[in-house]
Amino acid sequence: MEEIKPQLIKITFDGIEVEVEPGTTIMQAARKIAEADAAQSALVPPAMCYYKPLPTSGGKCRACLVRVAQGSAKDPRPMPKLVPSCITQVQEGMVVENTTNQAVLDTRKSIVEFLLINHPLDCPICDQAGECHLQDFAFEHGSAKTRYEEERRTFDKIDIGPYVQLHMTRCILCYRCVYTADQITDKRVHGVMNRGDASEISTYIEKAIDNDFSGNVIDVCPVGALTDKTYRFKNRVWFTKPEDAHRDCDKCCGKVTLWYRGDEVIRITARKNTWGEVNDFICNTCRFEKKKTSDWVLEGPTKVKRSSVISANKYSKDLVKKPDFALKLAESHYKKIDDSRAYVTDEEAIRHQSIENNDKANHRSLLENN
Amino acid sequence: MARKILTEHINIPGIESFDVYRQQGGYTAVEKAIKTMTPEEVVEEAKKSGVRGRGGAGFPMGMKWGFLAKPEGIPRYLVCNADESEPGTFKDHHLMKSIPHLLIEGMIISSFALGANKSFIYVRGELMYVIRILEKAIEEAKAKGFLGKNILGSGYDLELIVQPGGGAYICGEETALLESLEGKRGNPRNKPPFPAVKGLYQSPTVVNNVESISNMPWIINNGGDAYAAIGIGRSTGTKLISASGHIQKPGVYEIELGLSVDEFLNSDEYCGGVRKGHHLKALVAGGSSVPILPANLITKTANGEDRLMSYESLSDGGFATGTMLGSGGFIVFDETACIVRNTWNFSRFYHHESCGQCSPCREGTGWMEKVLHRIEHGHGSMHDIDLLVDISKKIEGNTICPLGDAAAWPVASAIRHFRDEFMWHITNPLEASQPGAVYQGEMALV
Repeated sequence: MEEIKPQLIKITFDGIEVEVEPGTTIMQAARKIAEADAAQSALVPPAMCYYKPLPTSGGKCRACLVRVAQGSAKDPRPMPKLVPSCITQVQEGMVVENTTNQAVLDTRKSIVEFLLINHPLDCPICDQAGECHLQDFAFEHGSAKTRYEEERRTFDKIDIGPYVQLHMTRCILCYRCVYTADQITDKRVHGVMNRGDASEISTYIEKAIDNDFSGNVIDVCPVGALTDKTYRFKNRVWFTKPEDAHRDCDKCCGKVTLWYRGDEVIRITARKNTWGEVNDFICNTCRFEKKKTSDWVLEGPTKVKRSSVISANKYSKDLVKKPDFALKLAESHYKKIDDSRAYVTDEEAIRHQSIENNDKANHRSLLENN
Repeated sequence: MARKILTEHINIPGIESFDVYRQQGGYTAVEKAIKTMTPEEVVEEAKKSGVRGRGGAGFPMGMKWGFLAKPEGIPRYLVCNADESEPGTFKDHHLMKSIPHLLIEGMIISSFALGANKSFIYVRGELMYVIRILEKAIEEAKAKGFLGKNILGSGYDLELIVQPGGGAYICGEETALLESLEGKRGNPRNKPPFPAVKGLYQSPTVVNNVESISNMPWIINNGGDAYAAIGIGRSTGTKLISASGHIQKPGVYEIELGLSVDEFLNSDEYCGGVRKGHHLKALVAGGSSVPILPANLITKTANGEDRLMSYESLSDGGFATGTMLGSGGFIVFDETACIVRNTWNFSRFYHHESCGQCSPCREGTGWMEKVLHRIEHGHGSMHDIDLLVDISKKIEGNTICPLGDAAAWPVASAIRHFRDEFMWHITNPLEASQPGAVYQGEMALV
């Protein structure tokens, strides 16, 4: 018997026609375009709160607002407001403008501004830097200056459980971790308290999260608000080398990414897809307790986007070839050096010499000043 | 004397009891609707009447009822929105505490029309004494057979539940109200789906304002066409206006829509004019969230026509020179009111009441409040004015619910009409930051 396929819906996204199944959102349609042709990946609206594996997420950050220039073939009127592409379902004949509409781009710029006004600019000491969605979003869509002169809101750091630290100051209230706690863990222990810009993600009265999947809130967090306490301040993400690996786990799928620094596994995360989303959540045992290569079956290096800062650190030396001419130049000049000073190799002696030199210099400057 | 629909019997002593209300012709509409009409006929009367939602948006109630999905086997709900918290609006409070049976009668008729067997009245938590009044009235109606099982022997059952809210402004937004009613955090939902399709407990739901529902008994008794004959154009019927501010007689007034603003403001029957020795400076016509109007645009529109108390006339000229009827919170300012301080005060309210779900509103309302605070306290600079306009533009229309718009409009309109007052605050910081200091210069003309 022939399989009955649902009739596909044809929409136009930024001038590109794409056919998708009924019930697809505009965001998913855009991602489909980018998956078919990687050159178009800049067309995909950014998502700060939407997370496909977590149903009902999305619609909150407003980063993915797009303009619907034509609602559907039946009702060709444009939609009056910009719509969130992550939760708006496509209609037959819909025409969507994203990067082709200046109003959309302006709005996106202001969303970056709104998200950043209360976000600390502590990227240099933030563990998320390098794989932070807000960094990417701000870099791609934001402006270089801020117009915000007021004091930023701050919170104290809270330890929720032995593995996770919550730093609310960095939070952009995307609610992803709330949905994670709601949907993949047994008890609802994690939610939002207060309201407005004083709202905070919290476990009720700083209670520790105690379940086997609590570590996943770290993976879903787009910023550095929820961090892995076993990895905090250990390393910068671009100095590490990700490898896919798996193991037999009785609690989860056991498919992870190991992050190496040299031969040492310093962090384990779930595998993320092109859109930074985790498809298979992993348990705390895999994430926090199996930090030896011998626990895992390696599958090979993780594919990292070329644009990502993680790929800036070339894993293997072969990838980086120093240009020949520089070596030759150095070689030819090296011979011509004629230095009559004593050749010092001992480290202790070098340090001594530099201390002496310093003293001399200080003495000279004292004389000059007097 | 103007016709009164809602407040006709409001001053009769003891009207809050069932017996007195019944003597004044109360509950005859329920008898008429349930015994002689079908639900479809009741909906038809509501459509004919053209009564528009009195909560602020002004969406025709009959049309809203018509959108209600009616799938088999799924319950439908009617929810009455009595979470009246807009600054400047206090009409529902007045109506519910004075004549609770009017709302209950309206609820019975509306629930019957929509086929709802369980209906809710969501009252804001601060009005605990009103909740007790309503609960007592429900008990009385139940004892007389107007509520509960098999109402008036028709086989129609209705349970009416009064639910106190937690006192959040945002829970007056219909989907946040439904979330709160379900026992969750009062965050507005993304739309679509609209409540008419998936509302309370994922079932089709209609949410109506107290005043809208309270119109139903009169509409059933006198017919939708009679109701539509009152008022002007598409603004049919009467409207309760909560008048406050610098006027002689603040209070709740029932007016026929189409009354001129001039008459409402100055006649002794209503506000009685601006307080003695002072003159009009500005007006907020429909609760704190609608754009503020300067003196020269209050009684006349930009085209020189008389401005009327109706949905259309007040919004004449769009936001450039008009405003909205909103929920009918009529706030009058005389020349002693500082517009900057007032705008800061409104902005502080919206900052405090933002639910914090979507980023433009969560961050933008706080930002606007801080900038306005700075200007009011003499630390502003000229580019702050344009910054405020820009922030308000970026919030407007980009949020999940209308709270973002409500926060943006007062700021944008105050700067539009009173920019020189803002500039005076910035150029004279020492003078302006004194308590009670008000700009006495020429009022801006548009």
